Amino acid sequence: MSNSSSQAAARYNNNFLKEVEAMVEEGNWVKMCMQCGVCSGSCPTNFQAGWDHPPQEIFMMIRAGKREEVLTSQSMWMCTSCYNCIVRCPRKLPITHIMHGLANYAHRLGIAPKNQPTRHFAKLFWNNCIQTGRVNELKLSLGLYFRDGFKQGIINGLAMKDVGLGLLKAKRLNPFELFKPHGCKDQKGIHAMLKKAHEIEERRKAIKTA
Amino acid sequence: MAVEKKVAAYICQGCGLGERLDTAALVDVVKKEGKIQQVKPHPFLCSNAGVAMIQNDIDNEGVSHIMIGACSRRSKTDAFNFPEVAMARANLREGVIWIRPDTEEARETTQEMAEDYLRMGCAEIKTMRQPEGNPNTGTSRTLLVVGGGITGMTAALEAAKTGYPVVLVEKSGQLGGWAAKLYKRVPSHEPYKAPVDNGVADMVSAIEADPNIKVYLNATIAKTSGAPGRFQAEIATESGSTVTEDVGAIVQATGFALYDANKLPEFGYGKSPNVVDQGGLEQLAREAAERGGPILRPSDGQPVKSVVFVQCAGQRDASGTHLAYCSGHCCNTSIKQAMYFKDVNADIDTTVLYTDLRTPGNGEDFYRSGQEKGVIFTKGKVSSVEPAGNTCKVNFHDLILDDQHACIENADLVVLATGQVPNSGVNIDFKAVEGEEAAAEVEKKTISILNLDYRQGKDVPQLKYGFTDSHFICFPYETRRTGIYTAGPVRRPMDIAQAREDATGATLKAIQALENAAIGSAAHPRSGDLSYPSVRMEGCTQCKRCTVECPFGAIDEDAKGYPLMNESRCRRCGTCMGACPVRVISFENYSVDTVGSQIKAVSIPDEFSEKPRILVLACENDAYPAMDMAAMNRTEASAFVRVVPVRCLGSVNTIWITDALNSGYDGVMLMGCKHGDEYQCHFVKGSELANYRMSKIDDTLKGFNLETDRVQTYEVAITDIDRVPKLINDFEKRMFEIGMSPFKGF
Ligand code: SF4
Ligand code: SF4
Ligand code: SF4
Ligand code: SF4
Repeated sequence: MSNSSSQAAARYNNNFLKEVEAMVEEGNWVKMCMQCGVCSGSCPTNFQAGWDHPPQEIFMMIRAGKREEVLTSQSMWMCTSCYNCIVRCPRKLPITHIMHGLANYAHRLGIAPKNQPTRHFAKLFWNNCIQTGRVNELKLSLGLYFRDGFKQGIINGLAMKDVGLGLLKAKRLNPFELFKPHGCKDQKGIHAMLKKAHEIEERRKAIKTA
Repeated sequence: MAVEKKVAAYICQGCGLGERLDTAALVDVVKKEGKIQQVKPHPFLCSNAGVAMIQNDIDNEGVSHIMIGACSRRSKTDAFNFPEVAMARANLREGVIWIRPDTEEARETTQEMAEDYLRMGCAEIKTMRQPEGNPNTGTSRTLLVVGGGITGMTAALEAAKTGYPVVLVEKSGQLGGWAAKLYKRVPSHEPYKAPVDNGVADMVSAIEADPNIKVYLNATIAKTSGAPGRFQAEIATESGSTVTEDVGAIVQATGFALYDANKLPEFGYGKSPNVVDQGGLEQLAREAAERGGPILRPSDGQPVKSVVFVQCAGQRDASGTHLAYCSGHCCNTSIKQAMYFKDVNADIDTTVLYTDLRTPGNGEDFYRSGQEKGVIFTKGKVSSVEPAGNTCKVNFHDLILDDQHACIENADLVVLATGQVPNSGVNIDFKAVEGEEAAAEVEKKTISILNLDYRQGKDVPQLKYGFTDSHFICFPYETRRTGIYTAGPVRRPMDIAQAREDATGATLKAIQALENAAIGSAAHPRSGDLSYPSVRMEGCTQCKRCTVECPFGAIDEDAKGYPLMNESRCRRCGTCMGACPVRVISFENYSVDTVGSQIKAVSIPDEFSEKPRILVLACENDAYPAMDMAAMNRTEASAFVRVVPVRCLGSVNTIWITDALNSGYDGVMLMGCKHGDEYQCHFVKGSELANYRMSKIDDTLKGFNLETDRVQTYEVAITDIDRVPKLINDFEKRMFEIGMSPFKGF
């Protein structure tokens, strides 16, 4: 990471914007934002705690060369993919995708905020789902409940017990899944496919950085 | 020449008039009170049969004056088109039945209304003559265009193409003006993506090849005298001699200058050669193109790697120090100039610092194209530019990130968008604003452009900020000097595409003016009007009020101090008629008498009948149409008003008000257009003068011992369709509160 004076000098030049264009999914769209603020105004979660900067501001920060503030921001992790912003943006920016692209890029660089709940959930969900090719909901929710230790896990579990019992009654929850999760038909095939996709992605990103 | 005066009246029964009104009684009123013996009711007057009946009377019965009791004078103008006779129209449809409820108890007052309008129509027709027009005016078809920039060249080419000879006068040694100095210009056609050739060379060769266009370079106008159809322009030429050209109309297209960037030292102008205005950058770009290389930094000739555009430099300034307005082109211009860099080398950082990006016309597409090319737009207000060595630091307030201390360092070039200042001539109103604070910042120009021979001053009057006069809503090119039209950035700030459109519009108006002058008809907005003010000189007291108040400088004084009319300058507004204290000015079909006799023709019920009478004098351009439209919506209004349309509130002579009050009217409403800086008056000063005159009416009212509420002036726009009936009904309520006028029955 650069020292503060060279970072200040980099402000408002196009270096970070160019980096985003090269490295972030749909990052080439950032320059098209005209700062109308419709996306921020349309975002249903933007006024919740955790939204450090609404999308419009994130785009301005990218152009202003605020690399660290952008990549360590909580904002892009808060996006719920409701697509309101995309629908309304008069410049047709794929804002949702850019937000996810930024989150992913920060994650890969390893500078995304630690203990970010969305980031945690995303990891949990991904690892859970690629194992068998299916989401194991029981494991997923338990993983989430026990994230902050055993005691907190029990407390969380108890708080959700009515929902759990309801699901049980409606045969929507099978306790044995904990021990013998059922998977999709061709688990090997899934794993091979994901591996291939990963390789392709790495190659593409390597070309971009080169 | 009118032979014998023979008056006939026609009363329509169509459109429900026959069912709602007692036609027999109406005929009776026309005969007995209106004293017109020949009255013909018709079930459908505007039908072929109805019109043929009237035409037959004109052709075979020698009818010379007709009164039509039917719909509004604004309706069925095609059917009731009898140019050979004088005509008055009583408005029974929009004016009466459409604004009254169809109920038993309303029947009596509705009938009374209709009868009054017929009495008024009879009175009017008897005091009218059919205007004949004065063919004794100039007939020059040549157009003088002053200014050889894009606007002037467009005007010249358009006029020549239409078949009118043109004299083009340019103060510099070549045609092209500002546009010729541009490396490229903002596109005006699809796909609005890249700068295009400035187009000047083509226009110049088209002008040179056109035998209908005579060009004077290095020439100015030494004197302009005369009137539409017969202007004389004395042109001071290169050789020092003066040539006189006879022209019919004039287009002034004298353009603009860039606001002086030396007034912006905080932006580094004058402190570093690397800070330029938009004109300066065009020059750098042209030099680069000639050299076939990149744009260079003026301080040391190194290629520019980063450039910052500062929008609104000294514009949209609320502090009163610089220009208060937006010049409307510089945002697009900066986008274009950023492309000069990006199109050659995409790695050059081009940042546009703006507070609001204003890209009129198809500029939005051009803006998007700039974004696609990687021009960066940052919403921020620049506070200062600090030159250091061969670069500059631009300090600004980032308005999105709300960072007061944002800055761009190491900018090789800073371009200031300073905007347009009109090249208008002497500000003839200067004395009036002299007292005001520096905010007015209207510089006293000493060099006149047209050197008009008008008693009102040497140049076309100016509106705000020194831009020349024009009616910004209705007829943008029209100045207060009939036959002289302004176009392009001298009229308001604009870009090339708009200037070309403007030039075309102004040229067409100029052609219309000279053609109208040739047949003795009025210029816009009363084009086609052949009536003309005449003065009964025996009665004139040489008070000069008409001379001073005519908004169009149409009246001079002769050697003895009597008014001397310049007929083709006159716009037929009647302001002079309203001004004359001894009432010696009149038009054939519109005079103190035609309106005064209508006012007196209304029957005034006695004090105890609880039926007030309210006179409405309504501007025929806005207020009267608004009333007609309210009637189309069937908006109910008072049965006690009697409306008389007037050409302009400026034509209202105070005697009408005094007479109305004397004869027992309870109140008078005057409806005219908005006046002041953002006037909408079709005759510019008419409604303002009327307002001024009416402010004196209060004294008269007090003299009569009457409440001042009884006479009110209103500003009404043509869109006030809901408001006008409400004003009328509120006024009626107020009259009931004050009580009936004590002057009834005297
Ligand atoms: S809505 Fe679109 S253009 Fe507007 S601020 Fe958001 S991203 Fe930018
Ligand atoms: S066109 Fe743009 S830069 Fe020029 S005054 Fe208007 S807003 Fe400012
Ligand atoms: S005041 Fe109006 S009507 Fe009278 S001379 Fe002037 S332009 Fe003509
Ligand atoms: S206003 Fe009437 S009296 Fe006065 S100079 Fe004009 S015409 Fe004569």
